[in-house]
Amino acid sequence: MKLPLKWLKDYTDIKVSPKEYADALTMSGSKVEGYEKLGEEIDKVVVGRILTIEKHPDADRLLVTQVDVGNETIQIVTGATNIKVDDLIPVALDGSSLPGGMKIKKGKLRAVESNGMMCSIAELGVTKDDFPNAAEDGIFILEGNLTPGTDIKEVLGLNDTVIEFEITSNRPDCFSILGLARESAATFKTDFIKPEIQVKEEGDSVDGQATVQIEDSELCYRYAGRIVKDVRIEPSPGWMQERLKASGVRPVNNIVDITNYVMLEYGQPMHAFDLENLNGHKIVVRRAKNGEKMKTLDGQDRDLDASMLVIADAQRAAAVAGVMGGENSEITADTKTILFESATFNGISVRLTAKKLGMRTEASGRFEKGLDPENVLDAINRAAQLVEKLGAGVVCKGVIDCYPVKAAKKTIEFNPARINALLGSDVSAEEMKSIFARLEIEVNEAEGTVIAPTFRPDLECEADLAEEVARFYGYNRIKPTLLEGKATTIGGLTYEQKIKQLIGRTLQACGLSEIYTYSFTSPKVFDRINLPKDSELRGTVVISNPLGEDYSIMRTTTLPDMLQVLATNYNRRVEEARLFEMSYVYLPKSLPLTELPYEKPVLTLGMYGDVDFYDLSGAVEELMSKLGIKEYSLEPVHDNPSFHPGRTAKLIVNGKEAGILGEVHPSVSEKFEAAQRNYVGMIDIEPLVGNAVLKPEYKPLPKYPAVTRDIAMLVDEGVLVKEIERVITEKAGKILEEIKLFDVYKGKQVPEGKKSVAYSIAFRAADRTLTDEEAGKAMEKIVKGLSEKLGAQLR
Amino acid sequence: MKEQLNNIRLEAEKCLNEVKSSADLESLRLRFLGKKGELTAVLRGMGGLTSDERPIIGQLANDVRSFIEGKLEEGAKILQNKEQELRLKTEYIDVTIPGKRRFIGKKHPLTIVSDEIKDVFVSLGYEIAEGPEVELDYYNFEALNIPAGHPARDAQDTFYINDEILLRSQTSSVQIRVMENKKPPIKLISPGRVYRSDSVDATHSPVFHQVEGLVVDKGITMGDLVGTLQLFARRLFGEDTKIRLRPHHFQFTEPSAEVDVSCWTCGGKGCRVCKNEGWIEILGAGMVHPKVLENCGIDSKVYSGFAFGLGVERTAMGRFNIDDMRLLFENDMRFLRQF
Ligand SMILES: [Zn+2]
Repeated sequence: MKLPLKWLKDYTDIKVSPKEYADALTMSGSKVEGYEKLGEEIDKVVVGRILTIEKHPDADRLLVTQVDVGNETIQIVTGATNIKVDDLIPVALDGSSLPGGMKIKKGKLRAVESNGMMCSIAELGVTKDDFPNAAEDGIFILEGNLTPGTDIKEVLGLNDTVIEFEITSNRPDCFSILGLARESAATFKTDFIKPEIQVKEEGDSVDGQATVQIEDSELCYRYAGRIVKDVRIEPSPGWMQERLKASGVRPVNNIVDITNYVMLEYGQPMHAFDLENLNGHKIVVRRAKNGEKMKTLDGQDRDLDASMLVIADAQRAAAVAGVMGGENSEITADTKTILFESATFNGISVRLTAKKLGMRTEASGRFEKGLDPENVLDAINRAAQLVEKLGAGVVCKGVIDCYPVKAAKKTIEFNPARINALLGSDVSAEEMKSIFARLEIEVNEAEGTVIAPTFRPDLECEADLAEEVARFYGYNRIKPTLLEGKATTIGGLTYEQKIKQLIGRTLQACGLSEIYTYSFTSPKVFDRINLPKDSELRGTVVISNPLGEDYSIMRTTTLPDMLQVLATNYNRRVEEARLFEMSYVYLPKSLPLTELPYEKPVLTLGMYGDVDFYDLSGAVEELMSKLGIKEYSLEPVHDNPSFHPGRTAKLIVNGKEAGILGEVHPSVSEKFEAAQRNYVGMIDIEPLVGNAVLKPEYKPLPKYPAVTRDIAMLVDEGVLVKEIERVITEKAGKILEEIKLFDVYKGKQVPEGKKSVAYSIAFRAADRTLTDEEAGKAMEKIVKGLSEKLGAQLR
Repeated sequence: MKEQLNNIRLEAEKCLNEVKSSADLESLRLRFLGKKGELTAVLRGMGGLTSDERPIIGQLANDVRSFIEGKLEEGAKILQNKEQELRLKTEYIDVTIPGKRRFIGKKHPLTIVSDEIKDVFVSLGYEIAEGPEVELDYYNFEALNIPAGHPARDAQDTFYINDEILLRSQTSSVQIRVMENKKPPIKLISPGRVYRSDSVDATHSPVFHQVEGLVVDKGITMGDLVGTLQLFARRLFGEDTKIRLRPHHFQFTEPSAEVDVSCWTCGGKGCRVCKNEGWIEILGAGMVHPKVLENCGIDSKVYSGFAFGLGVERTAMGRFNIDDMRLLFENDMRFLRQF
């Protein structure tokens, strides 16, 4: 909302600087986004009249002119092509400044003295929207009867300050000059003077000239009409145009400008119909018929339905109520009789209609917040007054006012002690009452209540009154306290939250950095990760109004996102990346969605660069160790189409599958334009939480020495190290302390199809020093077992 | 013999003083003390002494022996020191060569900031509540006093799944879920991911993170809100941080406020970071609207509460001077390594 200060000053006194004004209003609840001193950058630019024009002696394209700038005549050399003698033009004098910081100094052009510059609209920082008749490129030829030497800022209406407010949706009353004047007066404790409205009504009576009928009083609360005859459509006067322009509204003609002027001043949108084009001179406020069509003022054909309210005549819709007028009853240059509309509609209905038709207008934006029916008459009378003031027509006697149910005023309990209790303040009842008085909130002391004015739909309960008190008492005068003795709780992280924190810390210690990726993605990613057509993961939560296909489904797997991040880094020539993310996948329990999906927490790991599978599995093993999870294993997976068939494992935690990790299938990596080899793991967090042991039990340190034996063997290539270890563990018995794999070798000196595996095995007894013999016996059993079960040959 | 012994002693002393290496030492040890050494040779002649002379000479011989032994030991030590000194000189390394680092991974800046926020409130006895991101319209809007058709819904362009299910646009939904299930006193923060239909640019992201807080008990005042936020701001942005509340409107709080903190760069004098305002808007807050309490079955005549919320992205961007929100979700290693 743009507020020209001059306009505001018609209704309340402002003595402070724009900066102080802006700060004070912000602190009392009308947030100021900024303010602009119009024409601030323009200095020493005046109206000039061209007296003579001659050719430049040395340059074909230049003209030498003599220009009357008020108190003197100056010579200006110009390249302009659109000027003639007697034209009025803006002249930037010697030492002047223009928007954008341009400074004008006198000088010589091809040896001829030039003491100023003629300006175009662009050079003055205005646009063709503001001055439709101005030349786009040439010099700005001024219109009207202007005196040379007049400051151009006055001519352009640039001697005002415009405050830009951000008004919250609960305060429709503040979307108006008068509403903000009331707030200003309450803030500075000055008087608020409402406009004095007097209408002469020199025409005949409205009776019998038009009728208004509200068919749906739930959607239209009040509809008032006034008739103006002998209308003369012409431009509105400069003062009105200036105020409109300063408010960001383009002047059109006197009638349209009046409706806009009243809308800005009263916050009440208005409409003007050409009465001769309303069949039967009749207004019917009704729901549209399904399939009804209408062409709106913007030239668009609109398909209406029964959820929408229209303003119709005896036969057809003439306006979409509260949104936009129709072309069939539009004001034209030939219009002789108009019907002004001032009405209030159901805000929700206007909002939904505007949304459905895809045309949110200035009017609909105001109606949807819920306007005050009590404001309707003042607004239409103000419009009539302006018609008379501008000589735009003859106002007929009387108002056609259809107001089926008078707006009820809300009564709210008022208990100063309770307000202070909520605020933690000590504001006197007297001060509260004086604040209410300035806001036109009536206090009924006997009843202990207040009555909220109808223009304040936001005031409903005591908390609302507390806010009114607080914002004028001063939010920052409320004394800070710290819940002394109240809400005493222990709080803290839940077990799951602690585990998640530990997971993050552990992976960071393992050299992995944390990433954040979006939780929605494109349905196309499934093909890119070779996901089978019948995979359950293709059943997703679909966003009905996404930002585009790429962000249209909630992810059911994090593989594509991790790969994308790896690819981004790779393509930016980052040598190596080791990453993790803790996030969610969103798994529908039914499709179409009838209940909320299962949001499964997952840990995703990803790496490329100087890494291999064992860097990835190593991080997972370190994590298991930190979480105290002993019951876990990795088992080969050969048939996951997203992964390398020979370099992928599933993670089994306590007998249940809890994730997958491996080298990404090269065909997948290729589709992401990622590095040749990428390693990704996806692990469910819930089994980690469920199986973690955060408080390990202490075991005494060994008192007796260990005996260590090394063993190297040849086995078939396909034998897993895990199987070998299982046999060793089984055969070694109780004295086994630790098995350490120290070599796996294929190649020279190892027959084809075999591999050499070497272990260091430690034995220890808790209660005595083991003898060589005991260790030897255990080793014999191990060797025998390995050869029987796995065909291992000792080396 | 006495003389012989004294000569050995003098000779040994002289030789030992000129020792250059441990090999020299060894040969001297053999020469004087070895089985075929000089002292042994002298002692062999002890048989020809009288019983009076024998103890005297014996004593003297022992003295000489221990003198030589001592000298040998001393020599060995000196040599050892010299050799160590020499070795140390050759073992010179360039200590400015980069060390063997175990590169640790980094916490994402969003986690750094939300962890800091969590730490402050956990230390004040708040619990951390979480809830679904794909949420019922009821919890995201309806229960928060934002009924269907309300213009406030437009302000937060929401992603919908269907008429009843949406992507939550605020973590306040979690507060409702907690209040429905728990009797006051309630003291929680709800950090989490939220969604709004904003196109991606330097200051917007359709996916972002919030931390909201809620306290409900008997007699909670707006003063308690101000005090809590002041403490929070000081812990997060530094001891000297001030806060300022500006009246605002939120559907689920009344009175409502926007909260500014004094600029962390200039301390309030005005600079580029705070656009010369001296203040930076960081929080929304207010007293829980009585309708919201009633919606959760909490008697608003008995209980009151306050709520607040802040955006993690904006806080992180301010804290680390990050000028483009997209960096937070691109995950370029060169960015991540900086934290
Ligand atoms: Zn600053």
